[in-house]
Amino acid sequence: MLAYLTDINRLRIVKIQDVKEESSTVKTFTFRDKQCAEAKPGQFVMVWIPGVDEIPMSLSSISADGSSSITVAEVGEATKALHQKKVGEVVGVRGPYGNGFALTGGNVMIVGGGTGLTPLVPLAESLVRLSSKIVFMIGAKTRDDLFFLDRIGTVVPEVVVTTEDGSYGLKGLVTELAEQFLEKQSFDMIYACGPEQMMLKMFLLAKRHNTPFQASLERYIRCGVGICGSCCMGEYRICRDGPVFSGEQLEKVRNEFGLFKREVDGSKVSF
Amino acid sequence: MSNRLVTEIAGLKLANPTMLAAGILGMSGASLKRVAEAGAGAVITKSMGLKSRVGYSNPTLVQVDCGLLNAMGLPNPSVHHFSEEISEAKKEGVPVIISVYGFSSKDFGEAAKVAAEMDADALELNVSCPHVERTGSEIGQSPQLVAEVVEKVKSTVNKPVFVKLTPNVVDITEIAEAAAKAGADAITVINTVRAMAIDVETTRPVLANKVGGLSGPAIKPIALRCVYEVYRKVKIPVVGCGGVTTWNL
Repeated sequence: MLAYLTDINRLRIVKIQDVKEESSTVKTFTFRDKQCAEAKPGQFVMVWIPGVDEIPMSLSSISADGSSSITVAEVGEATKALHQKKVGEVVGVRGPYGNGFALTGGNVMIVGGGTGLTPLVPLAESLVRLSSKIVFMIGAKTRDDLFFLDRIGTVVPEVVVTTEDGSYGLKGLVTELAEQFLEKQSFDMIYACGPEQMMLKMFLLAKRHNTPFQASLERYIRCGVGICGSCCMGEYRICRDGPVFSGEQLEKVRNEFGLFKREVDGSKVSF
Repeated sequence: MSNRLVTEIAGLKLANPTMLAAGILGMSGASLKRVAEAGAGAVITKSMGLKSRVGYSNPTLVQVDCGLLNAMGLPNPSVHHFSEEISEAKKEGVPVIISVYGFSSKDFGEAAKVAAEMDADALELNVSCPHVERTGSEIGQSPQLVAEVVEKVKSTVNKPVFVKLTPNVVDITEIAEAAAKAGADAITVINTVRAMAIDVETTRPVLANKVGGLSGPAIKPIALRCVYEVYRKVKIPVVGCGGVTTWNL
């Protein structure tokens, strides 16, 4: 049977059920879709904004009642168009794509930077049943960029926030705080998602502290199904082999991870 | 491994007769190397031109009932920035073929010249992309233009030259014959079939470029018919391409 003619790959038109403002630049859009409702934390969907663009977005919630959501920062033309969508309007979705996070038990550290926080929240919600302890660390530039604090707080008792300007929580970088935690406690897994430099730092910290590591990476995605090669990082395709990679996998692409990515035309550009 | 599948085509020795088609996973050396490691007899790169192109906006791909429809728009960093990728791709030891495109025979000649200076084993001329204006199938639908492009490239480079043809023509054999007569070393048939998808709920074409190329099961019988017709008319090797999903279907 053909592996790619699937319900997951089929473009579905979904109605926006709810729009929630998370911060001055971030909104969550909720929709109902059978395939997305069965997604794993860390998987993403290709979201079609008719007439504008199609963009990869991590699922920010996956609910057993059949509703899912994406949480979108307004950063460009496509996200701006998406932000103008109201309840009742439609977008297209295909997916969920990618591997998602591998769930583990024990002591878990979750580190999210900026809007990289998004896939980590459904992850934390799934880990609650498995883990003995979760420390959730959030790094943002400033207070206004923070979102999901309430939602995370309801499932994770230990939430630590850093802002670069000190306007909320501790002043500094989230990686500095993570380092302090790692020096005092041992963890069975570190999950990270955020700017690539931050993930590289977390990867190096995890390595130094002999802690298993997973990070969700981002590249320019076109097909989403692993055939066009636009999102390649070394031997891996972000869309199909990722977006979540283990520390061992990232070790194999050290000559690329955190150093450069490929632009829309395939040329390399440094971080 | 037994040698039963060893194939020689246009002077290239392949461990088996499978080749990675142009456009698929061909933008980076590491990606091509992975496909080679997975067992491909040869790999063909994404089509490279003289200048970089960002291609079309998304959606660039959509699944339809009988396959996939795509219009990437020939994104590429330009052939000038590809030599590092070719060196990486070559590490696996399987033949690496660089696909090139141009907007004129002069372009094709220049792109082929740059590509030939790299460590590639052969070139493939993309005269069949179905969705970029003034290149691809707009050249590949004319026997005269195809002959001109092939002659230009053959007089410029000393590498085997494959010519990939479009099925979107009345008679593919006259194009194949023109390519062969102009000095092509092999013919690849077919590129994708020009097609479109419209979403009924939003009443819009799905692809950003509106029109794209259909691949997948629906086009296999078209590809086979083209291979058959071309094989009967030209003496040079014919590479079958399009809709192949398993070894025996």
